[in-house]
Amino acid sequence: MSKHVLSLLVEDKPGLLTRVAGLFARRGYNIESLAVGASEIEGLSRITVVVSVEGLPLEQVTKQLNKLINVIKIVELEPEQAVQRDHMLIKVKTEPATRSQVLEAVTLFRARVIDVVSDAVIIEVTGDSSKCAALIKVLEPFGIKELVQSGVLAMGRGSKSITEKVLK
Amino acid sequence: MSEVLTGAQAIIRSLENLGVTDVFGLPGGAILPTYDPLMDSKKIRHILVRHEQGAGHAAEGYASASGKLGVCIATSGPGATNLVTAIADAHMDSVPLLAITGQVGSKLIGTDAFQEADIVGITMPITKHSFLVTRAEDIPETIAAAVLIATTGRPGPVLVDVTKDAQVSKAEFVWPPKVELPGYKPVTKPHGKQIQAAAALIGESKKPVLYVGGGVVRSGASASLLKLAELTGAPVVTTLMARGAFPDSHPLNLGMPGMHGTVPAVTSLQKSDLLIALGARFDDRVTGDLKSFAPEAKVIHVDIDPAEIGKIRFADVPIVGDANEVITELNLELQKQPKADLNEWWAFLDNLRARYPLGYTPADDGKLSPQYVIERIGELSGPEAIFAAGVGQHQMWSAQFIKYERPNAWLNSGGAGTMGYSVPAAMGAKVAQPDRLVWSIDGDGCFQMTNQELATCAINNIPIKVAIINNSSLGMVRQWQTLFYNERYSNTDLHTGTDALMIPDFVKLAEAYGCLGIRVEKEEDIDKAIKLAIETNDRPVVIDFIVSRDAMVWPMVAAGVSNDEVKYARDAAPIWDNEE
Repeated sequence: MSKHVLSLLVEDKPGLLTRVAGLFARRGYNIESLAVGASEIEGLSRITVVVSVEGLPLEQVTKQLNKLINVIKIVELEPEQAVQRDHMLIKVKTEPATRSQVLEAVTLFRARVIDVVSDAVIIEVTGDSSKCAALIKVLEPFGIKELVQSGVLAMGRGSKSITEKVLK
Repeated sequence: MSEVLTGAQAIIRSLENLGVTDVFGLPGGAILPTYDPLMDSKKIRHILVRHEQGAGHAAEGYASASGKLGVCIATSGPGATNLVTAIADAHMDSVPLLAITGQVGSKLIGTDAFQEADIVGITMPITKHSFLVTRAEDIPETIAAAVLIATTGRPGPVLVDVTKDAQVSKAEFVWPPKVELPGYKPVTKPHGKQIQAAAALIGESKKPVLYVGGGVVRSGASASLLKLAELTGAPVVTTLMARGAFPDSHPLNLGMPGMHGTVPAVTSLQKSDLLIALGARFDDRVTGDLKSFAPEAKVIHVDIDPAEIGKIRFADVPIVGDANEVITELNLELQKQPKADLNEWWAFLDNLRARYPLGYTPADDGKLSPQYVIERIGELSGPEAIFAAGVGQHQMWSAQFIKYERPNAWLNSGGAGTMGYSVPAAMGAKVAQPDRLVWSIDGDGCFQMTNQELATCAINNIPIKVAIINNSSLGMVRQWQTLFYNERYSNTDLHTGTDALMIPDFVKLAEAYGCLGIRVEKEEDIDKAIKLAIETNDRPVVIDFIVSRDAMVWPMVAAGVSNDEVKYARDAAPIWDNEE
């Protein structure tokens, strides 16, 4: 099983996400994570999708995605040549005795506390997947009440943009 | 110059401007506005079907017989869902099809309104693309885009779902509209380097085979294929979707490969050192067990759809492009090099041809041999006719025993295997090519799924000929029960034979539909009936051929088994080893 990060430039049309998700479902590809949002160009969106493929070349996945009329471009972002970030919110149980330890972990991970009540805090953290996983591990003993996570966002390093050459 | 039109008028005007002359459909509430201006159109003939599935297959038959776009129209909800089988069929066989459906008003979408169905959602996996139109001003652009997508690149079905309010409201009609599809750029012209690499492989090959698929028919590449075959001297096999892409009478043609292919065609692939796949997609019905398929062969894979290349089998030389453009370029390249010596290869293949010709054992139960009936239909009708088959044994026999000399003469449901395709597809073909003799060769099972379109044919003066190969059962399923289920015939008896309940009586049914009905039970009456059918053009003809139910389709490679295990007849495998 190998994981790949694909960045898709797509037309912002109704049903686009269904088309992409449906394609993955019917061809038997696994989506590990999915993030969708506007791009710098009006009418175009960016999808970052992490796929795990087994027994078939990634090329088949990208070729099938390319057949979707609203998909304009697909780039595989290799880890070395791209930045990848997860965004996560964690609600952790706190007691007077543990609060300082929780806050210490927050500092160590360069995370932020964005909401505090007497018996819990909400922590916001941004980073790659391994950092987020490590923070979860550290916070688990205190009691994680709730956790939400964005899909992976990724962008190629350097000055080039995937929208270049696409719109002449 | 521009004018203000209702969305409904814009639909009709757009179709007219795009050159559409025939559409098949059936009105209902949500598409009613569009049927009003349709009535006034001088350029478009609308043929009112009896079931929307018939409209879909008719549009497919129209497209497959002519190479043009097929168009069908239905209302929302059940009207639209009745098109689904035909849309799926067109998707599997790459048929250029435009399906226009009415949708409930845009404000009602999502409320479970009367006759509401999310047809865009339902058909997403089985269309090349689909559109939901909620504003009249978007109609010209959408119809133009839909037709462009359906007919270019790898052809396929496109659905345009138009809400009732979009049909009723008015907008300025601008033609030609601006069609912007930044994500759609089909590659038709091959890469020069790949052409050279292909020519080099062909030059080295001692045992090449031209593995010809339906893409050659869709791209209109038969003339250039003929040239390619003669330049290389390589044997040609034509898949079920490609029968007629290369003349059967040509000495280089080995026939059809696959599950019911000829022994020489199946074996040529297995023993080949180079498969030149042209618009073919290595379907499981052709490859059999993939691991043992053509083990020695390198592969040149030509396809307009990049996703087909490498999907099933690794391609040593992948070439993305339109089959006709690729073959034309390849021919230019091959003219620069000497023709390879394939004498040894041909000696092997000719020996197979001599020992394992297509054939059949005549029926011994007093009923007609279905293969003979079909062979006679082909011979008496000639290569200019069109033959549309249903799905099953009669389809395979029609692929085997009719000699095809030109593309678009053979229509069938290859990928989807849709029973019920034949009668409406033949109807569509006859509308597209009214001067040609058009046969529907159907089974008694298939025929009962869509024969209501005989009414459409009779009323609209579409004189097709239907040959029912009536074995009183679901023949292909029965064949598998004979071979793989210990002759336990679970639910395959249809009781349509003359020695059964004969429900329904196909001759009476034909007459009820205003057709000429003929029953043939004796061999000596076969030619007479076929000739009478050919001469009768004031109404459709249905011939009920009472054939043996024990006839089986041979040769056969059982599902999932290696092509090396091809059986020439029951318990008779070709002998490979004692060839010198």
